[in-house]
Amino acid sequence: MFVEGHHELAKLSFLDVIVIAVYFAMVIWIGFYLKQKANTSEEFFMAGREMTAWIAGLSFVSANLGSLELMGWAGSAYQYGILAAHWYWIGAIPAMLFLGLVMMPFYYVSKTHSVPGYLKLRFGEPSRVLAAVSFGFMTILMSGVNMFAMAVVMKVVLGWDITFSILMSSLAVAVYVTLGGLRSAIFNEVLQFVLIWGGALLVPILGLIEAGGWTKLQANILANYHGLDYTHMWRGLAHFSTNPMGVHWTGIVFGLGFVISFGYWTTDFLVVQRVLAADSLRSAQMAPIIAAAFKMAVPFIVILPGLLGLVILHNPDGTLMHLVGENAVSAANPHSYNEVLPLMLVRYCGPGLLGLGITALIAGFMSGMAGNVSAFSAVWTYDIYQPLINKKATDKHYVAVGRWATILGVVVSIGTAYLVMHAQGIMDYVQALFSFFIAPLLGTILLGMFWKRATGAGGFWGLLAGTATSISLYVWVKLDPAALSVVAFSPDAKDMAENLYRALWSWVICVLVTIVVSYMGKARPESELNGLVYGATVLPNEAPVPLIKNHWFWASIVIVVFFVLNLMFF
Amino acid sequence: MHGSGISIWFFIGVLLAIYGFLICGYGIYELVTGHVANVALANLHAPVWWGAVMLALGAFYCLRFNPRRN
Repeated sequence: MFVEGHHELAKLSFLDVIVIAVYFAMVIWIGFYLKQKANTSEEFFMAGREMTAWIAGLSFVSANLGSLELMGWAGSAYQYGILAAHWYWIGAIPAMLFLGLVMMPFYYVSKTHSVPGYLKLRFGEPSRVLAAVSFGFMTILMSGVNMFAMAVVMKVVLGWDITFSILMSSLAVAVYVTLGGLRSAIFNEVLQFVLIWGGALLVPILGLIEAGGWTKLQANILANYHGLDYTHMWRGLAHFSTNPMGVHWTGIVFGLGFVISFGYWTTDFLVVQRVLAADSLRSAQMAPIIAAAFKMAVPFIVILPGLLGLVILHNPDGTLMHLVGENAVSAANPHSYNEVLPLMLVRYCGPGLLGLGITALIAGFMSGMAGNVSAFSAVWTYDIYQPLINKKATDKHYVAVGRWATILGVVVSIGTAYLVMHAQGIMDYVQALFSFFIAPLLGTILLGMFWKRATGAGGFWGLLAGTATSISLYVWVKLDPAALSVVAFSPDAKDMAENLYRALWSWVICVLVTIVVSYMGKARPESELNGLVYGATVLPNEAPVPLIKNHWFWASIVIVVFFVLNLMFF
Repeated sequence: MHGSGISIWFFIGVLLAIYGFLICGYGIYELVTGHVANVALANLHAPVWWGAVMLALGAFYCLRFNPRRN
């Protein structure tokens, strides 16, 4: 992942060390403080279902903002230009609004503890176990990838030993999540969200000042990278070969904007768990809308630094610095795409501010990891341990199992981090995981929620067929790279396009199999579907609220801003 | 999350206030002594104003969500 003998980019001053130490002291303090409020399973796994919309919303977006997200997408912006912002806008906003406005009532009213738990209610035990095992597997792998990404940053930026970084940060996460459960994870995620902004926002502000503003930045990128369009989101997407990402607009709209985005934001329990902890249905519906508003702003601290790196970063001899892929790092090009954010940080931040920036990266890692292990703990306890191993234990016993599952999740994640150390192309691996498990799950959940005729057998076999399709396509392209032109419909398609179209394929297969198998069986009576399926559910009437508190009003504002942003950077 | 112990916003206020105090204090030290860190745009004295913003925000949250007040 990095060159032997690589010299660190910066050295921490005493002040930086104090800034980092204060952060660790704070998160541990929060864990110990909240231990007294995590005695029952409802408190430990669901944070007592008493989070306000703001806290649930910020936690919702923060759990997704791991170090991999910060580093990876800043690197992708350097590599692919502003196209990377699609993962923040069309790849997130419509799905987050859909979750809040349409899907949340079913999750919330069914009082499920998890997304696999909803599948149990709708399709039965086999679907629940399949989804729970897939989710547990994916969560631990993601946690390990996230952990490794953070350790590499610390190695590159500060010269810290990888094992030291992994143990220090994961130990802190293990302590505060084991003690305080989901409430502690959520509390810390809100804190970490504020810190990420406080530590990272200075970079684009100073970067834009140095670059002379957005218009001058665009002109300089065009001058430095002749003809390649790095600053428009849609213009180059008419053909696979006319944009740096090698993708077509159909892949962005249907693969990313629909399957991957809706799959992740509406069915991945890592994020949905935060909203299920809300104190009322109205808060649960409002939380994803608040999160969407903040999510739209994240490109400012992630994508913009990547674009600024294209013109601002220079070698000591004054020539333009060229960052390269991890596999192409050499003495001539010592830095990879993934280092663009740390490079920008070191460029502008002296003592104190550097510590704050590093703390932001550590906070990003910890929020991502805490999200993974708290979700893993809940799914393991409710959807694997309780139904398959010990059905009739006391509530106290399940809380203890949840605490041990948290520790187990951290330990296995550490093992996974060392495993991915020897793997090439982390982002490719992460996207592949999404298409394996998340894309087919979307098909199952959507049909379950909106089609009364879907049966238990249909749900199970559809989910299994979708997952198997995705894994098979991945293996096919690995064994025969020429297969990419079939999977992604073009010989010009690149890796990212393959991920998008593979997800689309697996979703289509899941939906088709679910429909066919459902028609072969007998549907459940409508009376059994109350609280689970659209059209068969009586939603609770909520008292009318002023416009300023109405979730449809705020969702309308978010969607208008979303369209304006896409038009501005068209 | 209010009324049942310390609010998360108070924790955030404490952290921001400590960071603001440390960073702004260092920025003022730089200004007074002239020992400016070797970074780009050092002439803008980012630690002073960024630290001051964090300190002000932190102080506001500490006061507004002070557990004794609630």
